[in-house]
Amino acid sequence: MREGLKTQDGGIQYDLSASTFSPDGRVFQVEYAMKAVENSSTAIGIRCKDGVVFGVEKLVLSKLYEQGSNKRIFNVDRHVGMAVAGLLADARSLSEVAREEASNFRSNYGHNIPLKHLSERVAMYVHAYTLYSAVRPFGCSFILGSYDQDDGPQLYMVDPSGISYGYWGCAIGKAKQAAKTEIEKLQMKDMTCRELVKEVAKIIYIVHDEVKDKAFELELSWVGEVTNGKHELVPKDVREEAEKYAKDSLEEEDDSDEENM
Amino acid sequence: MERHYMDSKIKGVSTGTTILAVTFNGGVIIGSDSRASMGGNYVCSKTINKLIQVHDRIFCCIAGSLADAQAVTKTAKFQISLHSIQMESPPLVKAAASVMKELCYNNKEELQAGFITAGWDKKKGPQVYTVALGGMLLSLPFTIGGSGSTYIYGYTDAKYKPDMSREECLQFATNALALAMGRDNVSGGVAHLVVITEGGVEHVVIPGDKLPKFHDE
Repeated sequence: MREGLKTQDGGIQYDLSASTFSPDGRVFQVEYAMKAVENSSTAIGIRCKDGVVFGVEKLVLSKLYEQGSNKRIFNVDRHVGMAVAGLLADARSLSEVAREEASNFRSNYGHNIPLKHLSERVAMYVHAYTLYSAVRPFGCSFILGSYDQDDGPQLYMVDPSGISYGYWGCAIGKAKQAAKTEIEKLQMKDMTCRELVKEVAKIIYIVHDEVKDKAFELELSWVGEVTNGKHELVPKDVREEAEKYAKDSLEEEDDSDEENM
Repeated sequence: MERHYMDSKIKGVSTGTTILAVTFNGGVIIGSDSRASMGGNYVCSKTINKLIQVHDRIFCCIAGSLADAQAVTKTAKFQISLHSIQMESPPLVKAAASVMKELCYNNKEELQAGFITAGWDKKKGPQVYTVALGGMLLSLPFTIGGSGSTYIYGYTDAKYKPDMSREECLQFATNALALAMGRDNVSGGVAHLVVITEGGVEHVVIPGDKLPKFHDE
């Protein structure tokens, strides 16, 4: 009887399996899964007038890593992209699930899967893993984005508890609060993808903690009118321009801080 | 009784039939005859309905084995209805046609039925899809099917115009059905027509004696 297991000081543990509620109505395993996401580096997704842009702060743990390896942005379908935070292996497995859902939908119904439906299907899958003690919940959150001529740009986020919400802008990972604050300052409904790419790069640079985490690679991708509805990594020249804008903005802020002192 | 199904390849009741679907400016008209036959000699029903509604603005015309066609359309109607509720919007005609195609292709060994799926949706407007016997799916501005269609290929190829008005299209469809029913012994009865537009669905039934008459009638 796992629920009756007592800790050293005599309190009862309710956090040993996802099939147990605590007396105050929480499922601890799911909350612990969300903590795993908070330990990972930040990923953001923002929806604008004519597309969606993703930005991921990919921490480089070793100089021996090949540049561009351990991607955190996946292609789920031609018109759908997915940015992840949390346990990377769990995220890769879910990207396969999402790909199969999108592919089966097209096979059955002859057209592209609407993003709301895709995120609900994958969220249902994630939720299933929060019901049983035999398995553990997925330790990752992910942001799905797509662009389609009729529905326009769409952005959805799924977390380990298995809920999905639609957003204009969202952030996941360790600096999500700081990133959300920055995102809220933007008027994304009036921006185009080209303008937004620079702002996304800037936000990642702002929330990156120079002291605790040293080197990082910025992964940027977009889908929108600018790419004709295809989700792809941002081309090299656009990325370099965005990173330059981000670095210059940070320097300006540093300079203005010094003047105030 | 064996004579009744020796001649025809289809066991039991078949819809030796004439079906068609034609797009016009703002909608689509689908039509069929109303005869169900067994073996080419016996008319099982003079008033059968071959235009099955699978959703608010999407219809299927059936040809071939009546039993197979009814089974497929019943299953398709259920799947399309569930799909539409999950999507929270009316289904695309393409999606409905794809559902029919999957059923026909995956069960091609057992089934002997062909369909025309036609309707209106918000994304692409009026559309016509033909789902052939083995599960081929094709999108066309208009299409004809069933045993009676062989007699009217010339007429429809010559007389079809894109972007017709509702009245022109109704006349075109009625004439085509009348000509086919006049020559094909397993097509007959009344002409059923359904006009599908954004605004709604309208049934028109033309009894045999009110059909247009041609030179030798």
